[in-house]
Amino acid sequence: MDELLTILIARINYWVYIILMMIGMYGIIVKKNLMKKIIGMSILQTAVILFYVSIGAKKNATIPIIEHGHDTGHATAVQAAHFINPLPHVLMLTAIVVAVATLGVALALAIKIYKQYNTLEEDELIEILKE
Amino acid sequence: MKSIGAILTVFLGGLLIYCSMDFPPWGDPDSPANSHVSPYYIEHTLEDTSVPNIVTSVLADYRGYDTMFETIVIFTAGIACIFLLRMFKTVEPETRLYRHLPTGITLRIAKGGKFPDDSDHFKRIDSDWVPHDLILQTTCRMIIPFIQIFALYVIAHGHHSPGGGFQGGVIFGASIILFAIAFDLRSAIKRMGERLTAFLCALGVFIYAGVGLVCMLYGNNFLDYSALADIMGVDPISARSHGILMVEVGVGIVVMAVMVVLYYNLASAGKQDEGL
Repeated sequence: MDELLTILIARINYWVYIILMMIGMYGIIVKKNLMKKIIGMSILQTAVILFYVSIGAKKNATIPIIEHGHDTGHATAVQAAHFINPLPHVLMLTAIVVAVATLGVALALAIKIYKQYNTLEEDELIEILKE
Repeated sequence: MKSIGAILTVFLGGLLIYCSMDFPPWGDPDSPANSHVSPYYIEHTLEDTSVPNIVTSVLADYRGYDTMFETIVIFTAGIACIFLLRMFKTVEPETRLYRHLPTGITLRIAKGGKFPDDSDHFKRIDSDWVPHDLILQTTCRMIIPFIQIFALYVIAHGHHSPGGGFQGGVIFGASIILFAIAFDLRSAIKRMGERLTAFLCALGVFIYAGVGLVCMLYGNNFLDYSALADIMGVDPISARSHGILMVEVGVGIVVMAVMVVLYYNLASAGKQDEGL
């Protein structure tokens, strides 16, 4: 029981992201409405972003900003173990903004499709395109 | 179809949960992600770039190429949105609503009728116009300048505290979107027109790539800001810090302009006539 509990505590965050990812995947695969697919895509992106950020965490470490005064701190030695990993934060910082921009393009495409065919339902679109 | 999708999703999730057993425990300082290249960044950022915020120094200096192309992705998304949605042929609307300001009477002018010019007497209003938005508009008028100053602070202070071009640009764009929601889309476009936003999209990318090119002209690698030391009259380490600031300003301009372009086009479905 104790072993199971330690595994649970050490892994629970990854499992939450995996569950979020499954929700997003389910939305993309199963839902027929294009809007719902786009929402699913956003949830999937959020799960990946959370996963990356959690990789960078370190125990007993602080945010990746070195303490400094005016024109000091150039000489003091910096220990890598005292600061969390900045790399996932950098990657996700850009990924969040790019996700918003691509979401805009996805919505633009959805608006275009709706104007053309008057529907966003996938099966109805296929019916129209078959004719 | 539904059950196949559900089974597929659950199968993939189960596989990932099974794989998560091999992951390092949460917060492990010696995990592979934390032990190869990131300790170098943390330990050398001050002597290489004199920027205490490691995220900023990695973003704009160590991985400058990556950020440049991320910026170009955002730029491309904004341009794609314009090309997809914007209708350059002005379609005459069926009817237009005008409000006679002194009397508060709303005129409905059908197609073919003569539309009055915008003046002190007549103001064009949206079809879903709400009359009593005094509190909203007054609050927005007071709060928008502070949002914009905060955005500029976030861009300029990205070296020393959480912030940078991406975050500041989004906040600045949000202030303009707030203006467009609180008043209406036409008055927002009057203040910050389409040409200006499209120009700013391109200008930001130009600033970023231009800083890199200037570094090349001075004989260093692309985006190696230490080449700027001669122009600015500082030592190469401080020059890197200043180069990062210039690049961040470019990123902020692109992000702000693209957010505004996306809003203008999505809210009016490309007509840029009546918004939300």
